[in-house]
This record gives sequence, C-alpha cells and structure tokens, in this order.
Amino acid sequence: MLIETKGLKKVFKSRGKEVEAVRGVDLSVKEGEIFGLLGPNGAGKTTTMRMLSTLIEPSEGHASVCGHDLASDQAGVRRDIGYVGQEGGTWGEVTAREELIMQGRLYGMSKKTAARRAATVLEAFQLTEFADRNIKTYSGGQKRRLDISLGIMHEPKLLFLDEPTTGLDPQSRAHMWDEVRALRERGTAVFLTTHYLDEADALCDRLAIIDHGEIVAEGTPTALKKEVAGDVVAIGVNERHDEARAMLDAKDFVREVEAGEPDPATGTAVMRLYVDDGSTALPELLRALDGAGIAAASIELHRPSLDDVFLKQTGRSLREEES
Amino acid sequence: MKALRDTWLVYSRAMMLNVKQPVWLVVMLIQPLYFLIFFAPLLNSFDDVPGGMPGFESGAMETFVPGLIIMMALFGSTFVGFGLIAELRQGVIERMRVTPVSRVALLIGRTLSTVTTTLVQALILVVLASPLGGLTIYWPGVFLMFGIIVLTSFMLGALSYGVAIVLKSEDTLAPTLNTLVQPVMLLSGIMLPMALAPSWLQNVANFNPFYYAVEAARALFAGELESDFVWQAALFIGGLAVLLVVWASRKFARAVA
Repeated sequence: MLIETKGLKKVFKSRGKEVEAVRGVDLSVKEGEIFGLLGPNGAGKTTTMRMLSTLIEPSEGHASVCGHDLASDQAGVRRDIGYVGQEGGTWGEVTAREELIMQGRLYGMSKKTAARRAATVLEAFQLTEFADRNIKTYSGGQKRRLDISLGIMHEPKLLFLDEPTTGLDPQSRAHMWDEVRALRERGTAVFLTTHYLDEADALCDRLAIIDHGEIVAEGTPTALKKEVAGDVVAIGVNERHDEARAMLDAKDFVREVEAGEPDPATGTAVMRLYVDDGSTALPELLRALDGAGIAAASIELHRPSLDDVFLKQTGRSLREEES
Repeated sequence: MKALRDTWLVYSRAMMLNVKQPVWLVVMLIQPLYFLIFFAPLLNSFDDVPGGMPGFESGAMETFVPGLIIMMALFGSTFVGFGLIAELRQGVIERMRVTPVSRVALLIGRTLSTVTTTLVQALILVVLASPLGGLTIYWPGVFLMFGIIVLTSFMLGALSYGVAIVLKSEDTLAPTLNTLVQPVMLLSGIMLPMALAPSWLQNVANFNPFYYAVEAARALFAGELESDFVWQAALFIGGLAVLLVVWASRKFARAVA
C-alpha cells in the first residue's frame, strides 16, 4: 500500500469557531494505480490531499505515505511524493527549463543531473519547443503540462494532483487524461481529486467518494455502480403485456421488474427490468421474447452512473451541486 | 550544510527573478532621488544659521544623505512581502514546501536577495549623492554603514515576508505594513534629526531601534567610527533581526496558503 490512513481528521479554527473539514478519513491507495477522491466543492478533498502531502498537519489520526509515517517522517514522505496544486506553482518571468532545473536541485540533484532530467521531462510532455520561453506566454494546456512535469521531476512513486483538469478546455482535458494514464504506465501511482463524475469514472482505477469530510463509498467505479442498482433494461412491448412481464420476471438474472402503463396512443408499455449485467441480459431477454412470439417495440440499456452512487449515499445529486 | 545549499538555491532563484525585472531597481531609486534633488537643497541654508542647527553639526547634506539611505532601505525592504503574496497565489510557495527544501532556507534565501538589492540601491545612491549633494564620501565609514543597512534590510525583509504569509492578501498587507513602519520612520529622525525634537519626542525615539540606525549611519558617514550609536544600532537591529527571522521561519514552515 502506498497510502494508508486511519481516522484522519482536520479541524480548522476560524474566528473562534471550529470547523471540521475532514472527519475521520480511512482510505488506502495501492502501488501503480490511479486513485480518485470524488466529491463536491468543500467536501474535504483538497484538505485531505494537503494533509497527505505534508502541507498541513492532521488534527487527529494516522497515515503512512510511501512507507513513511506522516507524523514522524515528513522528510521521507516529501522525497517520495510529487505534488501539483490547483494553482500549479509557476509564474511569470521564468522559463520552463529554469524552473525544472531549480525543482530538481531542490530535490538534491546536481546542476548537471537536473539539466539532463529536465530535458527528458520536457520531451516527454512535448514542451521542448517552449522550454526557453517565459511561462507567462504559455497556454492553459502547456502550463498544466509544465505543472505536472515539475511534480514528477524527481521520479516520485506517487503523484498528487489537485483538480488536474479544472478550467481546461475539452481537448486539453482529454490530453491530461492521457498524460495521467501514461504516468501509470511508467509505474507512478496517481492520487487525484476531482468533482467531475466522468473524470472519476473514466480515469480512475479506484476511487473514494467524499462528502462533508467523510468517505461515503470506496471501490472501483464499476463495483460502486453495481452496488447501487445494477443495470436497467427498459423494454417496450405492444401486446400481451402481462404475459411478457411474467415470463421475463421468471428469469433468475432479473432482480426486479417495474411495469409501466400502456401508452393509450401506441399501446406500448415499457417495463424496467433490474439486472446485474445488462450486456449479457439483453440478448437473453430478446431471445425469450422472440421464443414466445412477442415483438419488442423498443429496447434501452441504462447503466447507473457515479451520480447514482453519490445520490444513494448522500441523498443529493452531484450534478445539481455543480450547476 | 543542506540548509546552506538550499538557502543558496532559493536565493539564486529570487535573484534571477530580480535580474529579469530590473525596473524595480529604478523605481526604488526614484523616490530617494526626488528627495535628494527637491528636498535636500532646503536644508543647505541650515549651514548658514549662526551657531548651527542642532543635529546638523556635521553639515546639512552630511546629515541628510545617511538618513535618506536608511529610509530607502526601510521602504525597499518593508514591501517585499507583496511579491511573496503573488507567489503564494500562484502556488509557488506551496510547490516548494512539498519538496524536501529546508523551511528556513525558503525565508532566508528570499530575505538575502532583498538585502542584496537594497545594498545595490544604497551603493548607487551614495555614488549619486556625492555630485548631486556636493558631499565628500568617507568610504571606511560608508562600508560600515552598509553593515547597518544589511541588518536593517534583513530584519524588515523577514518582517514583511512573515506578515505577508500571515495575511495572504495585498489589501491588508499594505495598511498593516504602513501602520507599522510610518511611526518608526518618523521617530527615527530620518528627515530631520531628533536633536530638534522636544524632549518627550526624544524620549519616545530612544525606544526606536531605527533612531539608532539613522544616528549610526550619520556618525559613520562623518567618520566617527567609535560612536556609541554604531554598536547600539548593531545590537538592537541585529537582535530584532534574529527574533523576526525565527518568527517568520516558523510562519513559513506552517503556512497554509
């Protein structure tokens, strides 16, 4: 395990009032995986990440990061992790190469080693062309790539990314996902925070959903979604509604059926069938209907989203929070 | 060893940024030059007052210019925190705090770059003051005065960075620093020597470390290397500098940006 936390807690004091930003987080991150912390703004994602990257001290609880105890060996943690904050960490009248070499030297590299490593990193992130220009001339996507280059300059085992795609256009966002996957291919584990459902779903090997400073669910995106509801197959038939329903309900992979009223105009009634795996259930269901001589008028497969998971755990929709 | 190396790294990065924007050097020199050209001539008539003006015994310009240099060091160093706030906002400090770099180096490296720029400005001002103000320069004294400037700039730089990291906003930093620095400046006799002050004001000034810095600078400029003001200034400003560096380093280590 790269990260293991137990009851991690952070209480901020603001104007005499105590605010519990993180209330007892337990989570674990494995070697070489992309781990996501998903939650709405203010859920405690960034605070958790800042604690794990030694920027702020936990008020309570324990954590080990890359085999170092967070409380007693901060220097060890810092050597093995990289961190890219929301703001990035570069600015103005410096060039990418200068910043990368400086970053390498802050990690103890000699000037020569840092320069060599900087050239490699610049190449890997397609920044060689802009390497000697001032950072203030960079586009959003270029700047973000530089931010990540800085984070991995010393080849950390684990890279923290705080909201890596916030504020990026769709194309830069897709590039960023590719970069993160490429990091995993090279053996770097990634711990990222996000409030985007699609990002958590598409990019993360495993994720934890956090709300009001507490982890409400943890697992692979597929497992989390399956846990909630399974898939839903909606089939519309025009005739012999009750018979069709009874027949499909008898299949052992169908957990539950909700029958709809026939549409007065077309006579189509839509049944919603809850199944574990929609992709294998679909052909079976069609075959059964076919065998009985009932024609399906429409068919639709609905897979639960992470939003359904969030909704079930918190009673609110993350999509609504965003808007 | 590591702390020294890290301090050098932070210092060289800060200096590189300074060198890339040489305009600040000019900006910081303009204000004292205004004073030198548009204000200092008013004092020249003091030299003709029969019996002399109190505090101006070594001559008008010889009294005014050292004070002006200390004033420049004071303003040049007090507001360096603004640059830090920009860096905080861009996540630069945060990025560095996640590296194994020594926490003290983050402060001292920056503060030393402030000291360097202040010294360069002071040197230019001394050289310009000689033809503009028509005064002769006693270099051994001037070099010792640079020692006072180093301490002053170091102390105020650390103070400014420390306050900046606590406040994290330009809107509150400017009034806070002004409130702290204005009375200190007025009570140091920078513009007119404290010898002109009524006794209650003189008594208050005795508690102001910058009063000693200004008087020490004047004594050194006049070649009185053995003046009591010199060791007093070194002791008071140096002591305060140590305290403020310790305080600000702690703030740097625990900063929540």
